[in-house]
Amino acid sequence: MSSVKVELHQKDVDKIKAIAKEHHNEPEELINVLHATQEFFGYLPAEVQEIVGEEMNVSAAKVFGVVTFYSFFTMTPMGRYPISICTGTACYVRGAETVLDEFKRQLNVEVGVTTEDGKFSINCLRCVGACGLAPVVMVGDKTYGRVSPDGVKDIIDEYKDAE
Amino acid sequence: MQEKIKVTINKKPIEVEQGTTIYKAAKELNIHIPVLCYMNLKDMGIEHNPGGCRMCIVEVEGARNLPPSCVTKCTDGMEIRTNTPRVLNARKTVMELILSDHPFDCLICAKSGTCDLQKMAQDLGIREIPYQGEQSTYREDTSPAIIREIDKCINCRRCETMCNDIQTVGALSGIYRGFEAVVAPAFEQNLEHSPCTYCGQCVAVCPTGALTEVDQTNSVLGALADPRKTVVVQTAPAVRAALGEEFGMKAGTLVTGKMTSALRELGFDYVFDTDFAADLTIMEEGTELLDRLGKHLKGDKDVKLPILTSCCPGWVSFFEHHFPEMKDIPSTARSPQQMFGAIAKNYFAEKIKVKREDMVVVSVMPCVAKKYERSRKEFSVNGDPDVNYSITTRELAHLIKQANIDFHTLDDQDFDQPLGESTGASVIFGTTGGVIEAATRTAYELHTGKKLDKVDFKQLRGMEGIREATVDMDGTQVRIGIAHGLGHARQLLEDIKKGKSQFHAIEIMACPGGCIGGGGQPLHHGNSQILIDRQKALYKEDAGKAIRKSHENPFIQTLYKEYLGEPCGERSHELLHTHYFDRKKRWIKK
Repeated sequence: MSSVKVELHQKDVDKIKAIAKEHHNEPEELINVLHATQEFFGYLPAEVQEIVGEEMNVSAAKVFGVVTFYSFFTMTPMGRYPISICTGTACYVRGAETVLDEFKRQLNVEVGVTTEDGKFSINCLRCVGACGLAPVVMVGDKTYGRVSPDGVKDIIDEYKDAE
Repeated sequence: MQEKIKVTINKKPIEVEQGTTIYKAAKELNIHIPVLCYMNLKDMGIEHNPGGCRMCIVEVEGARNLPPSCVTKCTDGMEIRTNTPRVLNARKTVMELILSDHPFDCLICAKSGTCDLQKMAQDLGIREIPYQGEQSTYREDTSPAIIREIDKCINCRRCETMCNDIQTVGALSGIYRGFEAVVAPAFEQNLEHSPCTYCGQCVAVCPTGALTEVDQTNSVLGALADPRKTVVVQTAPAVRAALGEEFGMKAGTLVTGKMTSALRELGFDYVFDTDFAADLTIMEEGTELLDRLGKHLKGDKDVKLPILTSCCPGWVSFFEHHFPEMKDIPSTARSPQQMFGAIAKNYFAEKIKVKREDMVVVSVMPCVAKKYERSRKEFSVNGDPDVNYSITTRELAHLIKQANIDFHTLDDQDFDQPLGESTGASVIFGTTGGVIEAATRTAYELHTGKKLDKVDFKQLRGMEGIREATVDMDGTQVRIGIAHGLGHARQLLEDIKKGKSQFHAIEIMACPGGCIGGGGQPLHHGNSQILIDRQKALYKEDAGKAIRKSHENPFIQTLYKEYLGEPCGERSHELLHTHYFDRKKRWIKK
């Protein structure tokens, strides 16, 4: 079980209930509800999945089955600044892997893992539709183009001292 | 009327309805196509055909690949071949690939001899595995009743269908993908921490040794070998209608007498009958029913109705996990297994002057959940459980085979007394509808004070998943509901929750068919006729009994006179009743 133990508050539960209701609590809508829920919480801990299951009339086991099947869903909380490195074909041939390795080296975490201070997490994604800027890195919603391993430190520094 | 289409299978022509799969069309022609993941439980309305194992592939004229026959529908003019060299070769390769990721410990596997995978590998004549590579591994999970050895799982997902679609328990699901894919409870918890009810229906349909019951035969042998222990055995009603199948007898062969002989040969000091405790259950549960019904008829608004039966531990777990808000509705009467344990270790131990801790009570059950039930803390006194070990019908057969007892030539023997005497009412506890019929026989006479001439309540019998009937108790119309299979039970419970239920009493059994279809019975491999035959056997034994009403069992009468006092009295409450727990998990911080 790769989830952090969390205790949900009533307002969190109400939020999940509202999302489920928007989708008419239809079991067929499970994936959409999980998308919306992950968008809100940033990840899908076991406790959240249980409530989703209850609201959608699907067993927690089935919800967990769906969450572990699709790579988009995650049970580990993402960092406050989630770093996504595009490893689509265009970015890859222009050196995305060396950029990825540099991020991993500087932050000392693997793909899909969050730094201890909870600030950064690294994920790979496939093509953001900005191949002209390859290789592309996104931090949250912000896009960085033509990133080279040398530029990685500057990007991290931009967020390191934020807040 | 649907249009018929024509196909040929192995050059034999057949007309089938549109939408018929190749597998079913072949079956009509008596052409056998091997299947592994496919499962068809007709009477439960479940056809499980994920098309995953690829054993049922066939060759279709004009098609490039070999489609799986369990999911491919016939189209008009289709020419199908089920046994060409190409098909056989591909099938063999598929099997070799499945086996390349399967442990090779068949000789010591619990499923050896009854394993579908083993049989199919035999049939295909597999003699070597040409594919060597990494094997997937997963931790073993042992619960009080069921063991999961996922390394032996072939991902047929039959258990998932039983757990979710039939039983609506939702303990198991396929998780992860590709090579990592396994079937597991939510968040990869152990079964013990899932909503599993231990009904064992997953075990009953697992084609391999991935899901098996916790084997207690060695512990039983240990107790039998210990000269300080007095070992008492009780056998549930459904066991006698199925045990013979393990020795090649026809389904529905009653082997009560041979079973009793075999247990004596195995060395049990006292061979008793759970049926005795079933009669006792009727005394307690029937009294409770009449008490609640009487209050209700007098206009008491606080009385909880319908009353629900509580003999089935799978069902008890189910409402504790899924409907905890209704835990004060079921009868508080313990199950016959537990009533027996309590009476054996108190009344009987006292009678024969054996200390409680020197007595070992073993139960033979058609059930996997009974293993869990016996382990519940409230059924122990200072750490000593009322029932020490619970073995399934299958495990008893293993014990008999281990001891080289020739089951066929055994003579018919009777149970020991006083805990071996039973009535026809208790025998039918083993089938859906039986408990409530037994209760009705006693409740009728106690309520009306009149003698019941016709004890057969045919309106309560049958195999439909949900049944209802009204019994006229001398002017009082008692409305009775019956459900077997937890999915059907859920429907009745939802009605109660919504205040829509019209019933006074409801009987619920977790397994389809009741205990005759229990998770611990000889495997029926999807053949539901076997259940019907077992059911007939129990009604036959009931009809042949001299006494057919629980309250007329002379040893039950003595037990109340000598020891218990009144049904639902103080001592009964202490020894024969229980309470239930809210087992639903809640994560919300208050």
